[in-house]
Amino acid sequence: MISMTPRKDISMQRTVLTPVFSVLLTLCVGAGIFAVLGYDPSAALYQFFVAPLSRPDQVADLFVKACPLIIIATGLAFCYRANVWNIGAEGQIVMGAVCAGGVALFFPAIPDLLMMPAMIIAAMAGGMALAFIPGILKTRFNTNEILVSLMLTYVAALFIDWLVRGPWRDPESFGFPLTKSYGDAALIQRVELPGIGTIGQLHWGVVAALLLAVAAYFVMSKTVFGFQVKVMGDAPRAGRFSGFNPARTTLGVLCLSGACAGVAGMVEVSANMGQLQPEVSFGYGFTAIIVAFLARLNPLGVIMAGLVVALAELGGDRAQMALGMPKVVTGLFTGILLFLLLAGETFNRYHVQINWPRFDQLKSGQLKSGQLKSDEEG
Amino acid sequence: MDALILTVILTSIPLILAATGELIAERSGVLNLGVEGMMLMGAVAAFAITSLSGNPYLGVMAAAAAGAMTAAIFAVFTLGLATNQVATGLALTIFGTGLSGLVGAPFVGGTVDGLQAVSIPVLSDLPVLGRLLFQLDLLAYGAFVMLALVAWFLNKSRAGLILRAVGNNHDSAHALGYSVLRVRCAAVIFGGLMAGLAGAYLPLVLTPHWSEGMTAGRGWIALALVVFASWMPSRILIGALLFGGITIIQLVGQARGWEMPSQFLSMLPYLATIAVLVLISRDRNFALMRAPAHLGRIFIGTR
Repeated sequence: MISMTPRKDISMQRTVLTPVFSVLLTLCVGAGIFAVLGYDPSAALYQFFVAPLSRPDQVADLFVKACPLIIIATGLAFCYRANVWNIGAEGQIVMGAVCAGGVALFFPAIPDLLMMPAMIIAAMAGGMALAFIPGILKTRFNTNEILVSLMLTYVAALFIDWLVRGPWRDPESFGFPLTKSYGDAALIQRVELPGIGTIGQLHWGVVAALLLAVAAYFVMSKTVFGFQVKVMGDAPRAGRFSGFNPARTTLGVLCLSGACAGVAGMVEVSANMGQLQPEVSFGYGFTAIIVAFLARLNPLGVIMAGLVVALAELGGDRAQMALGMPKVVTGLFTGILLFLLLAGETFNRYHVQINWPRFDQLKSGQLKSGQLKSDEEG
Repeated sequence: MDALILTVILTSIPLILAATGELIAERSGVLNLGVEGMMLMGAVAAFAITSLSGNPYLGVMAAAAAGAMTAAIFAVFTLGLATNQVATGLALTIFGTGLSGLVGAPFVGGTVDGLQAVSIPVLSDLPVLGRLLFQLDLLAYGAFVMLALVAWFLNKSRAGLILRAVGNNHDSAHALGYSVLRVRCAAVIFGGLMAGLAGAYLPLVLTPHWSEGMTAGRGWIALALVVFASWMPSRILIGALLFGGITIIQLVGQARGWEMPSQFLSMLPYLATIAVLVLISRDRNFALMRAPAHLGRIFIGTR
């Protein structure tokens, strides 16, 4: 049987190596599944993890893909650290995009300089509002935040679908479910380096996402709020004795993660689409959950983790085109990765010993003494 | 009207199946959030095997096996390696969605002959009720039978008592000499088997085709249903019929040409889930009294 004993000290080296090892193992398992299903594993892995990075501008596109993941996962890291399970980021992205879109479409008179800040505030408010619902229901009525936040994701998806097909549809869109295009001030511009020009799709939202993650790192590690989040997650009783309010922490982290997701939605639309459409997020809200865990809920780690997962996302697009795989296949990799990361966490925290019952012992009924011996060794 | 009630019953069958399985897992103390993923694996297995073999009953068996195997992955990680149940359940849903999409890719666009209705002699001749309750398919009868069996198992059998003991206090159960992990493992795999059957119901009865993510949140609604039922099997039936009814309102609305946009009608099941969760959880003492005391807690055996 498996026996686990808690490790007395957790080494830094092992903490860093576990996610790396999990990623490598995920590749092996993924290759195995491809082989079983009749795809050429090496070709599939090539399309997934090498082909998307063969040109410098593609590296920039990797950052673009990682941008929403980094923003959302930064917020989720706080949530999960506090042991609050917001899994409705997908819906919060949509509401952020809708609210920012409302500002861009119906208040074009806002001065150009103020347009972007107004949209960001609207996006934060939208995402926050949707995340506030599971928060207030949890603190007031003890309702499960996992289920409520997830149900709201479906509601938000139907809501934007109604908006862009109904009241907000551009009458000149030839029947396509699209709103009017945003004005120039409401769009996020590409990054232009002097002498080089634009690099792929790289836009200023990416820079903002990186800054956000760094700022979040300092909030998490250097401020009382960050400390409160960690204490309420690890030892809620101790937190209560030291005067932290559990309800306020829950609401705080939910609103923070909702605001982040909202901004991510706004950035996606303003940088890549330029108008609202029925689908503004392609599962980023769920993918970001994996990013947050891969980063071990550390905002600085989120940057690296976001890039790794974005690579799998881009790879999914490539595999779809080159090998005719469905897009959801990315979920296969990210799901396995999350499994292995969680298992890695166990190996990191515990000394895991697997005592296989030996056949000859089973036969002669010596299993018990054999077990005792190995227990003494452990 | 009859047809409408029949649709309500048929819509509620997958919810009954999935929620019954999850209820057993949760009563043993394991919160498996991967129901959606297990249902999708069941759905794709059922569709693939049925379209390859032409026999929907083989499809049903494949779905049960696929659901159970997907749940076994969950068991290995949460029970064997003591990982966080919430996060592992999410991983299972993501993984199941991805793998089912990959496995089902060659089958997109095809159709199958699903499960045929089997009339029960004599009873099916009853006025009204006969048509509604006794001319269903075997899987639907199975759902009601399983629900009754689970109710009996939990309340009347010795094994059910052990399962509840493990869910309420795994340390005491362990001290009494029961194998906590073995009981939980069995409960989780039973939950997966039932979720697989629930998934099979979608392509074999409700819509005779396969599409990615065709469960559309039913797995999550089944999870909410367990809370709604306050972990008591008999109430699953009421809850599932209620949700089935709400889902049908949108069809009625479209048929009658209501002014309300269809998207708002489609929101109803999700909003109703939230409303029900609030109503059930509102009374903290009631909720805490009903929920298995060690739900979601990690058990690490001591010697």
